[in-house]
Amino acid sequence: MKRLVFALFSLLSLAAHADLKVFATVPEWGALAREIGGKHADVFTATGGLQDPHRVEARPSLIARARNADLVVATGAELEVGWLPVILRNSGNPRVQPGQPGNFEAAHAVRMLEVPTRLDRADGDVHAGGNPHIQTDPRNILKVGEALTARMAQLDAANAVEYQANFNGFTGRWKAAMTKWEASAAPLRGMHVVTQHKAFPYLYDWLGIIEVAALEPKPGVEPAVSYLSQVMNNVATQKPRMVIRAAWNSPQPTEWFSEHAHIPAVVLPFTVGGSGQARDLFSLFDDTLAQLLRASK
Amino acid sequence: MYRASLSVLAACGVLASLPAQAADNDLKALREEIAQMRQAYEQRINALEARLIKAESTADSAQTVARQAAVQQTSVQQALAAQQPMLQQAAAPTQSNSFNPEMSMILQGSYNNLKQDPNAYQITGFVPTLGEVSPGARGFSLGESELVLSANIDPNWRGTAILALAPEGGVDLENAYFESLGLGNGFSFKGGRFFSGIGYMNEQHSHAWDFADAPLAYKAFLGNQLGDDGVQVRWLAPTDLFLEFGAEAGRGRTFPGADNNKNGVSQGAVFAHLGGDAGISNAWRVGLSWLGSSPKERSFDDVDSTGNPVTNRFSGKSRMWVADGIWKWSPDGNRTVNNFKLQGEYFKRREDGALASSACGVCAADYNSDQSGWYVQGVYQFMPHWRLGLRHDALKSGTVNIGLVNNGMLSANDFPQLAAHNPKRNTAMLDYSPSEFTRFRLQFARDDSGIGATDNQLFLQYIFSLGAHGAHSF
Repeated sequence: MKRLVFALFSLLSLAAHADLKVFATVPEWGALAREIGGKHADVFTATGGLQDPHRVEARPSLIARARNADLVVATGAELEVGWLPVILRNSGNPRVQPGQPGNFEAAHAVRMLEVPTRLDRADGDVHAGGNPHIQTDPRNILKVGEALTARMAQLDAANAVEYQANFNGFTGRWKAAMTKWEASAAPLRGMHVVTQHKAFPYLYDWLGIIEVAALEPKPGVEPAVSYLSQVMNNVATQKPRMVIRAAWNSPQPTEWFSEHAHIPAVVLPFTVGGSGQARDLFSLFDDTLAQLLRASK
Repeated sequence: MYRASLSVLAACGVLASLPAQAADNDLKALREEIAQMRQAYEQRINALEARLIKAESTADSAQTVARQAAVQQTSVQQALAAQQPMLQQAAAPTQSNSFNPEMSMILQGSYNNLKQDPNAYQITGFVPTLGEVSPGARGFSLGESELVLSANIDPNWRGTAILALAPEGGVDLENAYFESLGLGNGFSFKGGRFFSGIGYMNEQHSHAWDFADAPLAYKAFLGNQLGDDGVQVRWLAPTDLFLEFGAEAGRGRTFPGADNNKNGVSQGAVFAHLGGDAGISNAWRVGLSWLGSSPKERSFDDVDSTGNPVTNRFSGKSRMWVADGIWKWSPDGNRTVNNFKLQGEYFKRREDGALASSACGVCAADYNSDQSGWYVQGVYQFMPHWRLGLRHDALKSGTVNIGLVNNGMLSANDFPQLAAHNPKRNTAMLDYSPSEFTRFRLQFARDDSGIGATDNQLFLQYIFSLGAHGAHSF
């Protein structure tokens, strides 16, 4: 009898803990956690691919999901500073608070670009840790994946071997895809571009693209038409080939620039779900490169 | 050698990036870039060399002291390795102020154009709340400046203090509380002075409101906002649908309490919230709250039928229900360009006890009232940084039974403040927020709060926040 109760109890607890519940703040980490977790991770993604990750509502549904999470996967570097702290504080969940193993920040795993030398709000929405849009470089996806695999294995030791195996498989496919992407992106090297919001320094760093100007006068500050024409005059000699915005940026500045500077406007998916084609991490970069190559022709 | 290989590396990188049919301009730009890169690398190499020399010298001196040590190697690499922690420390010195709390300051002010005298402002039909509910001074006036300090206290607790600095001088400790960082199983705990969790807007700070002032219902039933001294427990259900319950116990420091000189609990509240999404574009939350208070000798000033100032005192029970709802929409969840929010709250209050008036010496008799009020407001962001909002307020003075009037001791004219009246107000606002830390607002209201004295109110307001980036609740 005792043994039966024990067996039943352990079965119940097994059913309750079979999955590692992952709360990903943005789609790219949700997709990555799914690659690593396979069938053992129950992944919830807090935002969609068309959402500005800086400005997210601390929705009740997100608080409810954070309450049950074993692991919160965030970008960090203050990207989610406007909403994630509220969600974590209201979740009543001690496992995912900052400093706990259940709180993972991707930015710690990579080399940050555009780290400001001074911190002043006069410079717009600057992030003390550097530009937080790290996922636009596929090399960073691997670095974050490695750290995330270790963290998932730490939290769910029973499935550690499987997480590692899944990540090894992913790494193989990812490296093969990167070789393909880099080969196809060779014509983009050294190309001059203009970007609306500084959302792609990591992508440019990877592909050797040179950003000659940003349309926002300061990060997060909407440009006026007078400023746009000033930018246009300033960069005329550098001959930018295209003007680029993320899917969630307001379309007007890029469209204005495209029309007046007579260069193509490119809308990059930025993350998984940022375009109809970008359904997972692989197709995200497939689509990103396809957009850039099409516009560069 | 180091320098040469780096320059070669840099040059190779740039050469490889040279497009096949580069125009002259491109070449010029590239040459400039190479020059810049070389300069940057040289600077970095110089800095590294300086560090190396420094490391060598300190390592040498360290080794002369440790000459008896078994192993003596003077290779530069090892000296560097030994210096590594020290160098890192030098890069990020630990300062005694690195544990300072997050700090921010809210600066507010406005230009007000008011048809009626704000000093005579009243919400007729409702017991005055002792709080400052008038629309503010005429002309230019500084609002409350709020100083917000918060930090994690230790791994389990977080503390917050909000000091409201009144423009006329003096400091009001608006909030000062500690809260748990997750007790587990969805529980959280808060203690100190904090804004109650009842309703929707009550927990938000006035600078986060969508209009320059509180809805009439908040003014009439809560004296703008309920912030008691006490404790709060919340529990979040383990469901994917947001379901939260909370309970509070307090002293009844402010309206509807009367700061009783009494042990135990004089004011308490319970509330439940339910929320979720309807697709990625819609999010909603509804709530139901109950607030109970037992004020003793809660006084308010009035004038009797002969024009003499009198003081009335209420002792008894105050019971209030609040139903609230909020719906937020943004296309694909992206609120940067367009978004809309609709919110409304309904208040129903019953007070039961005795009312005494100084108009008839120490007389007192039964008193009860059944009153209600509501507001609904919608705010639409029609383009980035610009929002337009409309609000409608209505209060119902309902039934008020004053024993002193019913038994003939006094007449209804001795309680002009409680005369039957259904206040109404319509408000429109337009605000512009060039950044997350700045807001300018233009607001116009037609306010029928006082009987026979329709007020036209124009506010031109600014709200600036300095310092730490606050996170906003739903």
